[in-house]
Amino acid sequence: MTFQTFIFYFFAGVLVASAICVITARNPVHAALFLVLAFFTSAGIWIQLQAEFLAIALVLVYVGAVMVLFLFVVMMLDINIARMRAGFWSYLPVGGAVAALLVLEMGFIVTGSYFGAESAPAPDALPPGYSNTKELGRLLYTEYVYPFEIAAVILLVAIVAAIALTLRRRKTTKGMDIGQQVKVRRQDRVRMVSMAPVRPDDESADKRGGA
Amino acid sequence: MYSLATVEQFFGPTWPVVWTLAKIVAIVAPLMLAVAYLTLWERKVIGWIQVRIGPNRVGPRGLLQPIADGLKLLLKEIIVPSGANKFLFVIAPVMAIMPALAAWAVVPFSPELVLSNIDASLLYILAITSMGVYGVIIAGWASNSKYAFLGAMRSAAQIVSYEIAMGFALVGVLMAAQSLNLGDIVHGQRGDFGLFNWYFIPLFPLFLTYLISGVAETNRAPFDVAEGESEIVAGFHVEYSGIAFAVFFLAEYANMILISTLCAIMFLGGWLSPFPAAIPVLGAPSAWWLVLKLFLVVTSFLWFRATFPRYRYDQIMRLGWKVFIPVTLVWIIVLGAWMQTPLWVWWGTFE
Repeated sequence: MTFQTFIFYFFAGVLVASAICVITARNPVHAALFLVLAFFTSAGIWIQLQAEFLAIALVLVYVGAVMVLFLFVVMMLDINIARMRAGFWSYLPVGGAVAALLVLEMGFIVTGSYFGAESAPAPDALPPGYSNTKELGRLLYTEYVYPFEIAAVILLVAIVAAIALTLRRRKTTKGMDIGQQVKVRRQDRVRMVSMAPVRPDDESADKRGGA
Repeated sequence: MYSLATVEQFFGPTWPVVWTLAKIVAIVAPLMLAVAYLTLWERKVIGWIQVRIGPNRVGPRGLLQPIADGLKLLLKEIIVPSGANKFLFVIAPVMAIMPALAAWAVVPFSPELVLSNIDASLLYILAITSMGVYGVIIAGWASNSKYAFLGAMRSAAQIVSYEIAMGFALVGVLMAAQSLNLGDIVHGQRGDFGLFNWYFIPLFPLFLTYLISGVAETNRAPFDVAEGESEIVAGFHVEYSGIAFAVFFLAEYANMILISTLCAIMFLGGWLSPFPAAIPVLGAPSAWWLVLKLFLVVTSFLWFRATFPRYRYDQIMRLGWKVFIPVTLVWIIVLGAWMQTPLWVWWGTFE
């Protein structure tokens, strides 16, 4: 076993174990953290496939941004585990059917004579100056530019829709207008008064003290 | 190289591992020393700004103060709060410092002096530093304390927001340099005019955005609401003591040095000299220029802390989303147009 194979099996083992933990962990925060580990180890496997741009993008987008927000939400939820498990048996047939279908499909890909790893040609050896990133960028912005732009627009629409759905303006909300705040000058708030010093006479001081 | 060859023979097949470990130690050990003395430098600088002397009791002129602090923290007990998640509580400081150290693998100190010269080093840095937030979140959650949790929530929202502005600032840099490789980015700033060839001139709005976002990313004053002691005691690390607390501290300072170094590499010419190359000694590129630049940027971090009052939380969010992101987006468009005209002169010289 070469060092590379060892690394692959290490990453693969950790990936499978953490993926199983994602669905078996009782605590949702633990499940989310296991998902982070799963993303990270799959990025390691992608690096072994010489797809370093995709691997780094996976870490950057999913580990660095998406999962942080996920954790953010999960930590603030008060999840009742007993109630979540209540529907387990009624959902089992549907879930089991979907899972069986997935296993079947994956079995086709991995072992089948048509899709199997053996029937696919081995990739060409890469020249030393080969840049994965540049190649991907060229493909994305030339051949696949329309699907790429359409996906971007769809995502933008989703962002706008999410904001529009959650934005509620209530009349009672007190917000501030930053422009107004910045515009304020001293003269608007403070009035300097020049007046002669006054010493209160003893009688009024007594009254104030007595009251 | 005779002596190195004999050492290589001695280790035999384990040599690559040993050699990589030696290189890692050669980067991490000076870094940790720099972090230790940065804490002393911070206390001294803030002392001078506030017309105090600063630490001067331990060792000559207080020079042994960081050693004494470290020793004290090492010997203190680590208290795990009851109800805390023990495993996550212990692993959180590790998660905080790991990215701060791992990012140094691709930082070039001079054209030859870089541990790993990978093609997408800028992306690698972005990806690795984006993981630093996990240390904060996990610490806040695992502590089972409301203050810690509030600090973690604030920090997570803040870091994720400022990462976007920071990423856009870096997009400007990679457009100008036309490369994701940090070494090539420095080469792109090389020219006959010394500091006028550096990217901070054409990318000035992005430079400012990056610097300020860097302060926010490292949770430093005036953006240190994550640990705002007047509101939430000490934020996410309120329950930590002893060496576990010290590791958070080290991570924060290591991140400061990292952000300053990246700032120096991407906008201030890295190891290049600010003087024109025609001047004999001063014009020569050297790793010492990089050290000097990062020292100046780090010192400005300390200066900010001593000068500005803490931002209000909603203003931090407003600054990140409504000021920095539009500024960077507009400047990227300006830059793209500018680079198509003959007015763009920052092409750099590559060998």
